[in-house]
Amino acid sequence: MKEVVVLSGKGGTGKTSIVGSFAALAKGAVLADCDVDAADLHLILQPAIQQTNEFWSGHTAFIDEDRCTQCGLCQELCRFKAIRDFRVDPTSCEGCGFCSHICPTEAITMEENLSGHWFISDTKYGFLVHARLGIAQENSGKLVALVRQQAKLMAEKQGAAYIISDGPPGIGCPVISSLSGANVALLVTEPTLSGMHDLERVLGVCWHFDVPALVCINKYDINEDNTHGIEQYCLSQGIEVAARIPFDNAVTEAMVRGLPVVGYTRNGVSCQIEALWERVSKSLTK
Amino acid sequence: MIISVASGKGGTGKTLVATSLALSLKDREMVQLLDCDVEEPNDHILLKPVITESEAVCIPVPEIDEKKCTYCGKCAEVCAYHAIAVFSQQVLVFPNLCHGCSACAYLCPEKAISERGREIGIVEQGHADGVDFAHGKLNVGEAMPTPVIRKVKELVNYDGIVIIDVSPGTSCPVVESIKGSDFCLLITEPTPFGLNDLILAVETVKELKVPCGVVINRAGAGNGKVEEYCLKENIPVLLIIPLDTEIARLYSKGITMVEGMPQWKERFMALFDRIQEITGERSRSVKR
Repeated sequence: MKEVVVLSGKGGTGKTSIVGSFAALAKGAVLADCDVDAADLHLILQPAIQQTNEFWSGHTAFIDEDRCTQCGLCQELCRFKAIRDFRVDPTSCEGCGFCSHICPTEAITMEENLSGHWFISDTKYGFLVHARLGIAQENSGKLVALVRQQAKLMAEKQGAAYIISDGPPGIGCPVISSLSGANVALLVTEPTLSGMHDLERVLGVCWHFDVPALVCINKYDINEDNTHGIEQYCLSQGIEVAARIPFDNAVTEAMVRGLPVVGYTRNGVSCQIEALWERVSKSLTK
Repeated sequence: MIISVASGKGGTGKTLVATSLALSLKDREMVQLLDCDVEEPNDHILLKPVITESEAVCIPVPEIDEKKCTYCGKCAEVCAYHAIAVFSQQVLVFPNLCHGCSACAYLCPEKAISERGREIGIVEQGHADGVDFAHGKLNVGEAMPTPVIRKVKELVNYDGIVIIDVSPGTSCPVVESIKGSDFCLLITEPTPFGLNDLILAVETVKELKVPCGVVINRAGAGNGKVEEYCLKENIPVLLIIPLDTEIARLYSKGITMVEGMPQWKERFMALFDRIQEITGERSRSVKR
């Protein structure tokens, strides 16, 4: 079983719309939504949740007011400035536990966080593993790792040939967690200067973690000079541009109807996405 | 006043709004733009600032003096991130896992641990056409953006208007960036993805007790559900930007909206006036 992860660096380039279509084209793949703090894939795949699980991760310091003598040592030593007026600000606490070790009256305990939930769902296109990070919670990287691990178990159980993962934007912890160990990364970019700048950075992350990358230029006709620039750049880096997808309102129309675009219309966008899936699946089986 | 510009969903137009808002206000206010999307900072592409200062962002990681170390294992025991492993004759440090809390150094009974800075990114400062500018850049391959964001936010100039461009999402880097703001502008698009992620973003700013308002970008695509939601939740829609290929074309070339379409400057100034009204009303009601 092989895994492709779809990334972009810049947000809003079309990762989820492409993954939704891949789900419909791959027939029987296991889907993983690794964008755990703003997951959207379920809006296209319309999953029926079969299993809901809690995600406990990380700790937050808690000060027992009755035992606290207000000596101030914890406030002085906390590197994250998370304690003020002998109260812990949970959004600043990194859960290191330093304060709990040094408190002279043992007034500080570390309490485990319920950081979110993860789900196994059935969709018309195959099983979906997805998650929801709790509001203002950390450890999204760990939740991503859990989603991928569960997707792998599911794929093994189902005998699925592919895992298709919808990744988060950016280049930090949840991206690294989505990427490491995947077989291929598909980088979806757009022909804007921002898209190009961010593509270079996310490509750097792929190299860093030694995952082969393919590029797809979405909405390529917004600025054909920039599209040409991306193609030149990819050529110079030895990266294949696997598809150029035109801008088309049908993508938004399909989203509004909760459908993958390939299931909504037979136009240029759909044909390009079909060809792209063929190319991606070929790169996975070689 | 600190205004953060966030979204939940990526690619809805945070950079477009943050840069045009800054440029629209610079003639009548002291304006500072801080790009806290340190994973993929883009404001500099549009504003083309002259960078005058650059500083590395380091997090302190432990260094073990093996001459003093007795391999007691205390450091590994207290490390919440499993960044230290102690064997019978050896200590291994995994700097990538270290958050720099310094518990190991402080609690080592032999005082065998010192700290050294490990660079994870940089902060650059400068100016762009009358706007004070700074951004952070996380090094490629690094996982932790929050220390870089904290460093950028140390530069906040409380005397003027500070605009903070936030990364997409709702997790720790977003919280770190928005925290302490007087107002948060949430940029969305009128699509199911836009609405779903707007709801998450609203929950996040509520958690942080920061008042918010919405900018709807690419109006005309999608449906009317975002406006329905805002009405129902009593969240003000402060600006509507239509779906317009000209706006997309300008952005693709790295041209800010108010430079390419100067008629928008007044609308961005009116947006700011509305924010001032809302935050002013709020501080009055808090005082009462």
